[in-house]
Amino acid sequence: MSAVWITVVALALATAALKLAGPLMLGGREVPPVAMSIVELLAAALLAALVVVETFGQGRSLTLDARVLGVAFAAIALLRRASITVAVLGAAVVTAVARALF
Amino acid sequence: MPCAVTATRLPDRTESARVRVRAGIRRGAPFGLAVFLIAVSYGVLARPVMGTVAPVVMSIVVFSGSAQFGSLAILAAGGGVGAAIAAGVLLNARYLAMGLALAPSLRGRALSRAAFAMTVVDASWASASAGDGTFDPWYMVGVTVPQYPGWVLGTVIGVLAGKALGNPQALGLDALFPAFFVALLFEEARGRRKRAAAAGGAGIALALTPVAPAGLPILAAAAAAIVASRMRP
Repeated sequence: MSAVWITVVALALATAALKLAGPLMLGGREVPPVAMSIVELLAAALLAALVVVETFGQGRSLTLDARVLGVAFAAIALLRRASITVAVLGAAVVTAVARALF
Repeated sequence: MPCAVTATRLPDRTESARVRVRAGIRRGAPFGLAVFLIAVSYGVLARPVMGTVAPVVMSIVVFSGSAQFGSLAILAAGGGVGAAIAAGVLLNARYLAMGLALAPSLRGRALSRAAFAMTVVDASWASASAGDGTFDPWYMVGVTVPQYPGWVLGTVIGVLAGKALGNPQALGLDALFPAFFVALLFEEARGRRKRAAAAGGAGIALALTPVAPAGLPILAAAAAAIVASRMRP
């Protein structure tokens, strides 16, 4: 099997295992309130981390490029109650225009 | 604020599964479109490295943007299979945390819990969160429904039309992914503790990106949720 296919198969199995572990081990069981109060906040913490890594990350370094303008547009559009579609597609347009201009 | 508090966005739990799935699909439609375009850029970038078939198969069986882009970057740089797999696993390690969070909301047999668990993607998991630590599993399935065909079809178009489309960066497609997560974060980060968790998570990820392997900064951001859970609501 080639390197590419080994990667595909391994990541398919690993992703399934990561998704299944929690629900198969402790599905439907009550968890302590302390754990629930952490779980409540997990989405906010992980989503914010994904935003900064995808906006400023360039491999293992941080960089400022046209993506920042696109993401800033999305944030302002959402603050002004724009739809998700407008915010996300607008981010690509702003980024593309900024790259074409500078 | 773009809409009312998170909890009221979800359909009532006493509604039938069908009603909740439909509400989820309506909610997931804009994500489906965004994911379609992100997948086109994945297909364009993957084609020269992985060929035409493997990227499509990967989108069908892995169905995860972060792991697919992450492993592709390493394969493209000649980083080797081990490194590509390790990056993909780390990038998806957040699914372990997400699955643990979801578990108490899943009742029923192991097989049904497994089926629900497999539909977890970032957008559907975050959308189905009621804000009090519980999740609506049927709503979550609905939000995922438009994204799966969007992801697979986008990849097919990306690998086939790659040359005609040109450089995905020139089209600004690399801004779609972070903008997509900003939209999810806007809905999620309500209240003092959640905003603190978000700020902390962002800070941890920024600080670790230059020093830790891809994926680890995102996983480590979970520590911010632990710290923020100690704050007064």
